[in-house]
Amino acid sequence: MDSFLTVDRLSKRYSPGADPVFEDVSFGIERGEFVCIIGHSGCGKTTILNVLAGLDVASSGHCFMEGREIAGPSLDRGVVFQGHALLPWLTVEQNIAFGVKSRWPDWKKTQVLEHTGKFVELVGLGGAEHKKASELSGGMKQRVGIARAFAIQPKMLLLDEPFGALDALTRGTIQDELLRIVQDTHQTVFMITHDVDEAILLADRILLMSNGPRARIAEIVLNTLPRSRTRLTMHHDPQYYPIRNHLIDFLVTRSRAIQQSGHAAAPVVVAPGLAANEALQKVA
Amino acid sequence: MRSSSLSARAALLSALIFVLLLAIWHVATLQAPAPAPAQNLTPEQIEYLKLQGKDPGGTETKASGFPTLKDMWATAAHHLAEPFYDRGPNDKGIGLQLAYSLARVALGFLLAAAVAIPLGFALGMSPLVYKALYPYINVLKPISPLAWMPLALYTIKDSSVSGVFVIFICSLWPMLINTAFGVAGVRRDWLNVARTLEVGRLRKSLTVILPAAAPTILTGMRISIGIAWLVIVAAEMLVGGTGIGYFIWNEWNNLSLTNVIFAILIIGLVGMALDWLFGRLQRAVSYVE
Repeated sequence: MDSFLTVDRLSKRYSPGADPVFEDVSFGIERGEFVCIIGHSGCGKTTILNVLAGLDVASSGHCFMEGREIAGPSLDRGVVFQGHALLPWLTVEQNIAFGVKSRWPDWKKTQVLEHTGKFVELVGLGGAEHKKASELSGGMKQRVGIARAFAIQPKMLLLDEPFGALDALTRGTIQDELLRIVQDTHQTVFMITHDVDEAILLADRILLMSNGPRARIAEIVLNTLPRSRTRLTMHHDPQYYPIRNHLIDFLVTRSRAIQQSGHAAAPVVVAPGLAANEALQKVA
Repeated sequence: MRSSSLSARAALLSALIFVLLLAIWHVATLQAPAPAPAQNLTPEQIEYLKLQGKDPGGTETKASGFPTLKDMWATAAHHLAEPFYDRGPNDKGIGLQLAYSLARVALGFLLAAAVAIPLGFALGMSPLVYKALYPYINVLKPISPLAWMPLALYTIKDSSVSGVFVIFICSLWPMLINTAFGVAGVRRDWLNVARTLEVGRLRKSLTVILPAAAPTILTGMRISIGIAWLVIVAAEMLVGGTGIGYFIWNEWNNLSLTNVIFAILIIGLVGMALDWLFGRLQRAVSYVE
């Protein structure tokens, strides 16, 4: 209960009699930590993220950030939406400034623009400030979404499959950028992804969810690759394939088997590739 | 290049159709050969024929009473030369009459927008308000605006204001329904952006919902202004006094078909201009997702 963010026995059912989509979901995120959650469609990942964002409410359970219960959206938690959610009648600059003005309503226009400009540069969109969303490529749109979330300098970032709709090349570039920005700013991040490699590249810990309904967090995988990993070199690390295989095995077989076995157990903490003790000691 | 040649050919075809229509008009109103001078009629008989609208001795006899192109041209030139004269209640320039009509339409339309847009926001944002008002809207919407006229005349006791009221009531519904529809249809994502940024109610309405719904609202306004321009003519025929509708009715009583036809053309052109104006506004607020 002492983590920066604590999720305590969360569950969600859409109608009173129905099986819960997920139940007994509990985990914590430390300050400055990057946590990814992976699971098949329908296990309620997006619902968990929306509850953390304050956009949805759980059927039971609680979430706390810095000891205070999350009840509704807050500028302390920046959200990057799956479909980028840019306001299409505004330019790149205006979209980001919209967030900045919401965060600091008393700021003067020049101050807003100066702050906005910094984040336009941060995501590499210099020169495209005055373009409308429809004139941008998918990758540029998502960059604006990321810049908007970062610009309000939230205590925590929530990313809902931000790169799902992008082609592999663009995705790689933006992943690198996100990694760089997060490492520079020591941002705390919770991110949904379907991409195993993306999770290994970005996350310090990876939460694996069993299939829904009655989904739960079955395993917590510690990323044993060093934090200096990069997209271009990480597949040469001896730790890379054990982790990757572990994640894929989970998605292919265990996620379903755990759902069918039915009994809810506390999530197992695993560190694939290293002797389990060694890794767990390292964490402790 | 292909599209420009297409519009060039379309313009040519339009011009040809125009010439053809004028030609048909001209042929249809060709003057019949003058009948032989009626020598054998008594002055009383000639007087009687004249009273019937036939001119037994004249050369100006027409195939029908329908004006010729030459008459039309003379009338148009006369009106356009001096559109704003005012020589008493039954003799005002066509520009002045148009100005009266446009002023009534503008006033009624703006009042309707002032009611319909905020109310449409309430309908679009609250399912409760929407469900509660839905039956009223459905009953009131199909009522011909002119059906309100007696009630308006009785309660308002002023024919000119009653005209404005009729414009108000007919402009209201398309704007109300489109605003509600546009506001209710704002993408969930955009509203969620506003929520996560803790944007207040008023700022959210003005900076997210209004621009998101603006194209739909403008569509409603465009429909409304079209209906208002249709209705003003009928309303002014009923209440009389001033306006292009009254002008037409007055010229019908004067049996001046050239004036009636000229007014009809003017109504069409002004209606087209209004629609063009709102089309421009619509394009100005539309966005590409």
